[in-house]
Amino acid sequence: MADYEVHEHDVLIVGAGGAGLRAAIEASAQGLNVGLVCKSLLGKAHTVMAEGGMAAALANVDERDNWQVHFKDTMKGGQMLNNWRMAQLHAQEAPECARELERWGAVFDRTKDGKILQRAFGGHTYKRLCHVGDRTGLEMIRTLQDHSVHQGIAVYMECTITKLLKDGNRVSGAFGYYREKGNYVLFKAKAIVMATGGVGRAFPVTSNSWEYTADGAALAYEAGADLIDMEFVQFHPTGMVWPPGVRGLLVTEAVRGEGGILTNNKGERFMWKYLPEDKKGDYAADETEAKAWVADTLAGKLKTEYKRPPELSTRDNVARAIYTEVKEGRGSPHGGVYLDIAYQPAERVKKKLPSMYHQFKDLADVDITAQKMEIGPTMHYIMGGIRVDADTAESRVPGLFAAGECSGGMHGANRLGGNSLSDLVVFGRRAGRGAADYAKRLTAEPKVDEKQVQEAIEEMEAPLKNPSGVNPYQLQKELHAVMSSKVGIFREDSELKLAIEELQVLKGKVKNLGNVGTSKLYNPGWHLCRDMKNMMVAAEAIARSALSRTESRGAHSRLDYPKMDEKQGKENTSISKDGDQMKLVKTPTLEMPADLKELFVAKKEPAHA
Amino acid sequence: MREAKMKVFRGDTFEGGKFEEYAVPIEEGMVVLDAIHWIQREKEPELAVRWNCKAAKCGSCSAEVNGRPTLMCKTRLDRFEEGETITVQPVQSFPLIKDLVTDVSWNYAVNKRIAPFTPAENADFTFYQEDIDRVQEFRKCIECFLCQDVCHVLRDHDRKDAFIGPRFLVRAASLEMHPMDTVDRTPFLKTQGGLGYCNITKCCTEVCPEDIHITDNAIIPLKERVVDRYYDPVLAFLRAIFGNKKKGKIQDETGKVREE
Repeated sequence: MADYEVHEHDVLIVGAGGAGLRAAIEASAQGLNVGLVCKSLLGKAHTVMAEGGMAAALANVDERDNWQVHFKDTMKGGQMLNNWRMAQLHAQEAPECARELERWGAVFDRTKDGKILQRAFGGHTYKRLCHVGDRTGLEMIRTLQDHSVHQGIAVYMECTITKLLKDGNRVSGAFGYYREKGNYVLFKAKAIVMATGGVGRAFPVTSNSWEYTADGAALAYEAGADLIDMEFVQFHPTGMVWPPGVRGLLVTEAVRGEGGILTNNKGERFMWKYLPEDKKGDYAADETEAKAWVADTLAGKLKTEYKRPPELSTRDNVARAIYTEVKEGRGSPHGGVYLDIAYQPAERVKKKLPSMYHQFKDLADVDITAQKMEIGPTMHYIMGGIRVDADTAESRVPGLFAAGECSGGMHGANRLGGNSLSDLVVFGRRAGRGAADYAKRLTAEPKVDEKQVQEAIEEMEAPLKNPSGVNPYQLQKELHAVMSSKVGIFREDSELKLAIEELQVLKGKVKNLGNVGTSKLYNPGWHLCRDMKNMMVAAEAIARSALSRTESRGAHSRLDYPKMDEKQGKENTSISKDGDQMKLVKTPTLEMPADLKELFVAKKEPAHA
Repeated sequence: MREAKMKVFRGDTFEGGKFEEYAVPIEEGMVVLDAIHWIQREKEPELAVRWNCKAAKCGSCSAEVNGRPTLMCKTRLDRFEEGETITVQPVQSFPLIKDLVTDVSWNYAVNKRIAPFTPAENADFTFYQEDIDRVQEFRKCIECFLCQDVCHVLRDHDRKDAFIGPRFLVRAASLEMHPMDTVDRTPFLKTQGGLGYCNITKCCTEVCPEDIHITDNAIIPLKERVVDRYYDPVLAFLRAIFGNKKKGKIQDETGKVREE
C-alpha cells in the first residue's frame, strides 16, 4: 500500500480563501498549532475574483446606516429564511472586520475626509460596500495572505483533502494528496474548519474558478454533517456571454452600482417591468429620477434624495428579468442583454471599473467606455451549505467547523452582493475561534483509524488502475448538461425528477472513473476524478432540495409554483447522509427574538441612498 | 472548422521533455488556455497546467507563448497569423515540475522575508485618496511572477540568492509608500534585497499584465531612497541630528526590524 506523510495540528483549516485565511489567523492567535491546506497556490483562491466590495455598516458615506439596517436588508434579501443569528452577528461584526483588514494593510478607496469609501449595491438600503475599484477580493486575499505568513501557520500548497477522518462521532483528521508529486498526506487534527467555497464547477456557465467543486459540502456530508438550503443557487445577472471561452465570466454588480443601464434589443430599459409590486416604492419612479440619482453619484455626492435605478434590484430578480427578456426574443446577438456605462465620462469608468475595462477590451474587443456590454446570467454562488451554529461555526459533527460559501444559513434564500466578502471574515474569525476553543477543551486526543486511511488511499488509487474507465472530463460535461437544462434559473417538478434520475446514472459512472493515465505527477485528470465525486453530491443535494420546495422564493424559482408559500417560508431544507441514500427533512427556521422582530414592523422606510 | 497548430511542452523534472504537436479546433474569441483545456479534455488528461479564474485576476496560468511571457487566459488565438504555430512552454526562470507547471515556491519564501505592514500602535487610519493612488497601483499585482520570469538577473544569471526580483520590489514599494507604515526597509532592500542588481531595462514592466509601472514607479523610487540614505552627505547629517522622523523603525541589513 502507498506510503503517506503525517502532520499534526490542533486546528486544520481546509481552504485558503478569505474565510480559511481569517480562520487560520484567529486559531493561531489563540496560541494553537495551525495547518492551512490550499488546493492551489496561496493567494489564488476564488476570493481573488470578488469585485464589487465588502458590505459593512461603517456609516462613512451615509450616517443613517447601522447594523440593524444591514441586518434587515440581509434578512429581507434572504426572504427571511436566513439563520437570524448569523445575519445579526454578520451585520454587527462586519465593520470591525473591515477596520481590522485596514490595520493589516488593506488599502480601500477613500472618502474625501479620508475614511473608507462605500458604494451602493443591490438590496442594500445605504451606500455600504467598502471597495478597491473593482478588485476588492484581491485586496482582501492579499492582505490576509501577507498577514498570515507571519503568524507561524504551516501552509500546505497545492494540496487537496479527499476524506475527513473520524474517531467515533468526532473528527480526528483529514487525508489528502499533493498535486506536485501525487504523494499522500495525513493530517491529524483535533478540530477542522472547512472553508472550501462553492460548487460552481458543477454548472457549465459559471463565474467560479476551478477549485469550486463542492469539496467542503461533500466531505462534510460524508462525515455526517447536514447540508441546508441547497436549492438556493444564485445566478448572477451579469456574466459575459461572448466570446464563448469567457461565457459566464463575472461582470461586477458595481457597474450597476455606478449607474449601469440594462436594455433589450429594442432599446427598452426593461427593469421597471420586473420590479416586484411591493418593492416598486424603493426604486426611482422613472428615467428622470434614475438619471438624477446617477447625476448625484457622478457629482460625488455622498447622499442623495433620489431613489436608486431599477437595475439595482436584487440579483435573483435581475437574473430572472434578463432570462425572460432573452427567452421572449428581446436578447442581444449572443443571447444576452445590453449593459451600458458608456454614457458616463470615459475617465471615470476607467477609474471606477478598471478590471471591467480591461476584461472587455482584452477578451471581447469591447471598449466599455464607448460601447455597450452584452451580458447574461451566470451561476455565481450557493447560499446553501454545511449547517453550522451561528456563534461557533460548528457543524453537527463535533470538531468540524465551516465558514464562508461552503457553510449555509447566513444568506437564506438569496445573498446580497457584498455580503460574501464580509461573511468570509466575520465567520472565518468565528470559526477559527470556535475551532480553537473546541481543541483546547478536548481532554483526550482523537485517534486516527488506519482503516479509514487505507480506504482513502484505495479510493484515490482506483482511477489509476482503470485505463478503460469513464473519462472524468466527459463525465463533467454530462453533469453540466443535466444541471444547465434541468436545475437552472427556472425549475419545475418533471424536469427536477428527470434530473435526479439522470444523476443516478452519472453516479454509477463515477464509480467507474479512470482513463487518466497511471502517473501521479501533477495529473489534472486524476484530480478531476476525485472532484467529480464531490460535485455529484452537491448536484444531487441541489436537485433534491429544489424538488422539495414547492414555492418560488429568493433564488429558487419554480415555474409550477410561482408564488411564495407562507408555511415553506418557515422551513429550511436539510440533507444528510443515510447509508447510501440522501435523507431530506424540513426543519423549522430559528425563531427570532422579539427585539429583532420589532425591526420588521412596518415603519416608513427612509429614502434610499 | 479552422484549427490552431499548437506545440506544447510535455515532460517533467525527472524524465525531461519535448514539444508535442496538437491540432485544436478554433472557436471565436478563444484564448491559449482554452486550447490547452481542449487538449486536456479531448486528448491528454494528464497534461499539467495551473489555472484558477480564467479571468486574468489570479495570475496562475503564466507561461511563455511563442517566447513571450504571458497569461494564457489573456492571450487570444486570433492574435497569431493564420497557420502560425503557437508554441507554449513553461516559464523558464523557475524549476520545471511537469508540462506547463513550474516550482514557484521560492517567491513565497522571499515574500516572508520582507518586513510586513507595520502601523503605529493605535494609529488613526485617516488618509486620503491622493496618498494611496500609487500604493493601489502596486497592489493590483496578481502574483503571476511573469516579471520574475523575464528579469535578466533571475532568468539569465539565476541570482535568486542575491536578488528578490521585481515582484518583491513592487511589494516592498507598496509597504514603503503606505501612509500608515512605520518601517524603513531601505537597508534590507539594498543588501539582502539586491536592489542594485536591477539595471532598469524595464523588461518586467513590459510583461506586467496589470500594467504596473514596475521600474518607474516602484524600483527607481526605491533606488533613490538608497541614494538618500547611503550616499547623500547632507541627508545623512540631517538624520544624525533629527533622527529618521518619517518612519521610526528600520528593517536592517540582516532583515531584522528595529527602532532607529
